[in-house]
Amino acid sequence: MSTATDGYYIPHEAKWPIVGSIGLFTTFWGLASWFNGSGLGQFTFFVGMAIMVFMLFGWFSTVVGESQNGTYNGQVDTSFRMCMSWFIFSEVMFFGAFFGALFYVRNYSGPWLGGEGAGGADVTNAVLWSSYDYVWPTDGPADIGGGFQSMGWFGLPLVNTLLLLFSGLTCTIAHHAIKDGDREKMVRWLGATVALGLIFTGVQAYEYYHAYHALDLKLSSGIYGSTFFMLTGFHGFHVCMGAIMLAVVMFRGMKGHFTAENHFAFEAAAWYWHFVDVVWLGLFVFVYIF
Amino acid sequence: MSYADTNEDVHHGDHDHHGPAPGLMRWVTTTNHKDIGTLYLWFSLIMFFIGGAMALVIRAELWMPGIQIVDPMFFNAMTTMHAIVMIFGVVMPAFVGLANWMIPMMLGAPDMALPRLNNWSFWIMPFAFTIMLSTLFMDSGGPAGGWTLYPPLSLQMGDSFAFVIFAIHFLGISSVMGSINIVATIFNMRAPGMKLMQMPMFVWTWLITAFLLIATIPVFAGAVTMLLTDRFFETSFFSAAGGGDPVMYQHIFWFFGHPEVYILILPAFGIISHIIPTFSRKQLFGYDSMVYATASIAFLSFIVWAHHMFTTGMPLAAELFFMFSTMMISVPTGVKVFNWVATMWRGSMTFETPMLFAIGFVIMFTIGGLSGLMLAITPADIQYHDTYFVVAHFHYVLVPGAIYSIMASVYFWIPKWTGNMYDEKLGKIHFWVSTIFVNVLFFPMHFVGLAGMPRRIPDYSLQFADWNMIASIGAFGFGFSQLMFVYIIIKCVRGGEKATGQVWEGARGLEWTIDSPAPYHTFEDSPIITSDTVTR
Ligand code: HEM
Ligand SMILES: [Cu+2]
Repeated sequence: MSTATDGYYIPHEAKWPIVGSIGLFTTFWGLASWFNGSGLGQFTFFVGMAIMVFMLFGWFSTVVGESQNGTYNGQVDTSFRMCMSWFIFSEVMFFGAFFGALFYVRNYSGPWLGGEGAGGADVTNAVLWSSYDYVWPTDGPADIGGGFQSMGWFGLPLVNTLLLLFSGLTCTIAHHAIKDGDREKMVRWLGATVALGLIFTGVQAYEYYHAYHALDLKLSSGIYGSTFFMLTGFHGFHVCMGAIMLAVVMFRGMKGHFTAENHFAFEAAAWYWHFVDVVWLGLFVFVYIF
Repeated sequence: MSYADTNEDVHHGDHDHHGPAPGLMRWVTTTNHKDIGTLYLWFSLIMFFIGGAMALVIRAELWMPGIQIVDPMFFNAMTTMHAIVMIFGVVMPAFVGLANWMIPMMLGAPDMALPRLNNWSFWIMPFAFTIMLSTLFMDSGGPAGGWTLYPPLSLQMGDSFAFVIFAIHFLGISSVMGSINIVATIFNMRAPGMKLMQMPMFVWTWLITAFLLIATIPVFAGAVTMLLTDRFFETSFFSAAGGGDPVMYQHIFWFFGHPEVYILILPAFGIISHIIPTFSRKQLFGYDSMVYATASIAFLSFIVWAHHMFTTGMPLAAELFFMFSTMMISVPTGVKVFNWVATMWRGSMTFETPMLFAIGFVIMFTIGGLSGLMLAITPADIQYHDTYFVVAHFHYVLVPGAIYSIMASVYFWIPKWTGNMYDEKLGKIHFWVSTIFVNVLFFPMHFVGLAGMPRRIPDYSLQFADWNMIASIGAFGFGFSQLMFVYIIIKCVRGGEKATGQVWEGARGLEWTIDSPAPYHTFEDSPIITSDTVTR
């Protein structure tokens, strides 16, 4: 039910948003109860997730259908583009919070804990943590998590960096392909991109396994473990999201969607992928190397 | 002239005209910006009374020294929840509701850029607040660590902790989606020919507000996520034993928190910049400087956050930096106040209810701004911090500030929404009663604050007794006089003297060129922009 004119497309009577609200409500409620140790919480959480998957599938199917019908004009397309770019900006700010935490600890509060700096840091250190010298990586004066080795940058992280950089390249090749109207080539190179993303995730999973078993590096390993796992973990989650988006685009390409002029969904997923890529570079430099 | 009328005639053939869907589902599935605006506004009004009831619990307990009515834990849950409800459940949804109603009409757009997303942004609110408010009924009590959720205290909360955090995430999703929608609408949906520097001030202020929201809500989400993992997954972000720092939470929180307080006031600046010119029958003085001032306030709001932390420990250089940057904010704020006054200067002014609220805003917001300036002085704040002086400051900017601007806008725009004039006499009484009580309520807080009465404590020393009792009288007076507001709104919705399209003699802008009440769909075909149809 919608008004299609030569003007702006205004959809009517949307039923998916309320399903989404119920889904998120169930998810959050379940998760909170689960964290609080209620047996029903876990079940509720998964029910909520199922509703969310159902909602996303339904909502996006509607939008894809409308797009294929030619319901959207250029102005609607611009709205979608703006929406996606600002969404990515909000994601950048989310990562900013965690990067900010890392910088703050390493440049300010860490050294203060170790007694450096004016304003009485030496006294605090002498009174509270007299045996503590601040050296990054650290798990703090109380050795929370009990000793660990930090993750080097050479080896798997470097491999992962190359994988992601390369996937950015394959993604761009796919983009040029669809711009030239070559849908099959687009699908092939997108396939390569998704595969690289999956390999990246696999390597990351192995790296975590290695950290827990060989390095004694855990989420609970003080501030180093906290920042390491939260930053790389959220990044890994975003890689998975990006890979799902690209895979959806790939399947749509296989069904014959997208033309040289009309392929916003591709571009949105590609922007997202490049964003994930850039975040990784930040991680590689600030979490692994320095 | 009425665009809506001409549109109906010319375009009946090729438009498939939709009225609202019948029944209750209209409100659940609507994608119409006016319906969604209405939903936001009613939601906000209901939450206003819920948050208000909590405030009255606080003021009842503070009526006399000693613990009288509620236990301290519940008292703290009230101060926490009162703030959360008022900020995230009242002021923000009210502004979003006004944005929904007015921005498309001001821009000559048929609707918001992303109507389905718009529906979702609203329909998250009741669900998220169900989670939030349910925490008050949990065995281990509601959140009692203050709305700022500082660790380590907030980590000691009972079962409510996880629910509060997820409710914040939930609300954040709504805010970010709503803001993205507003930005896309403003950049992409303006009637052809309307330049950015021709946009009405309300649109400008909302554009900048939306930017602040998109930039800072995710940071808040990050901060509370760290709280969550510190509590449940043994991370050490805010624990010095593990190498983290509890003060780091305050930095991340206030990086969000200070822009947040501007989110609560910038749309108000926009509203006031419409009302004062209308009832002064003059153009807004200094439009360009208003836009630049708003942008500078937004920029500065990112570099002042640690003025909330003068007493929690920072290097001297940081204390000085944040002191001076904070004081700098009063420059663009002062520009605005100056421009409002200059707009009134030699105008042929009349004092209908919206104008009364707007003038009340200018005066009382300025009182709050001046106490803010006092708080910005680091050595002075070491005395003032965490006292009732701070409470007086932010209530002056938020109640006769943000809330007054919302009331002013309801009186200003309700004839456009309902097609009926509100009861002018009752409106004026509502203004005067509110204004007397709001000052009785908040002004004494300056005195007890300067004398050292701490905030967020259910008991106090004897010497503060008199002024506290006076403040409580003001609180109950102000609270109950808001029932008048509800009565006036309902009366207006149900009928009254018919409003014209332009409603107010001095009103200018596209939103006043359409009928009152505004038809369900407006500007399905773009209006023509002339010097008559833009505010300048
Ligand atoms: C002239 C501009 C302003 C200045 C210089 C200013 C300054 C300050 C300072 C220094 C504090 C911290 C006081 C303390 O905790 O010791 C503060 C607190 C606060 N301000 Fe402002 N402010 C200004 C405008 C505003 C506006 C426009 C709003 C909101 C509409 C606002 C809302 C608040 C709130 C809510 C708090 C208390 C937060 C809390 O601790 O719970 N302020 N302000
Ligand atoms: Cu502030």
